[in-house]
Amino acid sequence: MPEGLLGQLEVFFTWQNALLWLRATGTTVAMAVVGCGVGFVLANLLVLVRTWPSRWLLPLRVLIVLYVEVFRRIPFLVLIFLVLFTTRALGLHMPLFAVACVTVTVTATAFIAEIVRAGYESVHRNQWESAAVMNFGRLRTVALVVLPQAWTVIVPPAFSYFVMFIKETSLASQVGVYELMQAGKYFNNVGVSPFLAFGTCLAIYFALSYPLTRVGWRIERRLAHRFRRTSPAEPLAAPPVVGP
Amino acid sequence: MAQIELRGVSARYPSGGQVLDGVSLVVDKGEVVSIIGPSGSGKSTLLRVLVGLLPPSAGEVWLDGSRLDYADRKALTAARARLAIVFQQFNLFQNMTALDNVTVTPVKIRREPKASARARGEALLRRVGLGDKLGAYPDELSGGQQQRVALARALALGPEILLLDEVTSALDPEMVNEVLDAIRDLANEGITMLIVSHEMAFVREVSDRVVMMADGAVVETGPPGQIFDAPRTERCREFVSKILRH
Repeated sequence: MPEGLLGQLEVFFTWQNALLWLRATGTTVAMAVVGCGVGFVLANLLVLVRTWPSRWLLPLRVLIVLYVEVFRRIPFLVLIFLVLFTTRALGLHMPLFAVACVTVTVTATAFIAEIVRAGYESVHRNQWESAAVMNFGRLRTVALVVLPQAWTVIVPPAFSYFVMFIKETSLASQVGVYELMQAGKYFNNVGVSPFLAFGTCLAIYFALSYPLTRVGWRIERRLAHRFRRTSPAEPLAAPPVVGP
Repeated sequence: MAQIELRGVSARYPSGGQVLDGVSLVVDKGEVVSIIGPSGSGKSTLLRVLVGLLPPSAGEVWLDGSRLDYADRKALTAARARLAIVFQQFNLFQNMTALDNVTVTPVKIRREPKASARARGEALLRRVGLGDKLGAYPDELSGGQQQRVALARALALGPEILLLDEVTSALDPEMVNEVLDAIRDLANEGITMLIVSHEMAFVREVSDRVVMMADGAVVETGPPGQIFDAPRTERCREFVSKILRH
């Protein structure tokens, strides 16, 4: 086997193959970045609506809770097939990359919404009350007071989730998206040793994940240092109702 | 003329029973009114009702002759623009420095020029003895210092009415005087103040009128001399005798 592997190295490490790996890596990163990026924005909107103290929004709040609870429990592989066949059934012939991005976004939104909600809840109710009596309004309270304090709670798990999702996107290969795992399968199918093909996958996944994990760790440390300040009393389970 | 008028105000927390039961009270412009009473009598709740953190379940609140409709967002915003409250637990924004705490509302909410708001904020912090703590975060300040920042923050809003909710109860005894001195100065300036306090000597000194509450209702109202030296109700006499004994 070692002789066979060594013999393949020269054929394997070519510019043409490198470009194929690069394209696959780009697709993997793009799926995670687009899905988690859009998911992060949508998750913040969902949490804003979910914690908005208006009885008129109750039906919407119920829908949001259902969405979060359901989509956090559906495996990524099941969901990507669901998105693929639903869009096909609706006559939307989206590119496979778009199908994968939608799937990542749907899942990421549900997961990140829970992380953001936990961040909101970590901020003491007296911060909400102070802002309310000074006429901040809900959006300004969140932007100026709550989110800056909640970052310490939101960023570390959100970053871990992002790194996890880079690996999770390997399942997009099941519907034919040309990403890292699919590239590994391709090279294996054209005769490259599985050790070399999937070993390269492993190396690239690690090369993507490890620096991101370190960046996340650094951000976490920096935030912990900057916001070592904590509220004087324990936080409540949910943001309080502070007037209309 | 009555600046604040409460007519039969009742309130209840969503999770519990009645905390205010038909409170009626009139506060004139420039008057300093202190509210005393045992724990759980509804003193702090009364202030929370006034600023709209707990809308009344019955009764009416009038400000300068206009009934305050708590369901009307604009009316509540307008009322809150005239009021300022200093909380028992300071409630400073933990992510902001002392100066930012004082200037954030003038700059971000009232759209005042940043330079003038900062200059006023610095002056207010110097006035309460914190000129050297402008860049300090709340957790870098002592309880007394935080409470004085909270006072400066309230004053930066230029309120017509200042509500003080047991502002010394969370402080160490040696820090109480520095906060009381700052409030004493304000009382002399003619700002309308509603003070909830357990500092009876202070209440007697600064108040034009004292309101004694128990079980969510007003038991007795009168000048400090009456409440502390010659209470007219048995409940007030009992409370005053207990606290003056300690």
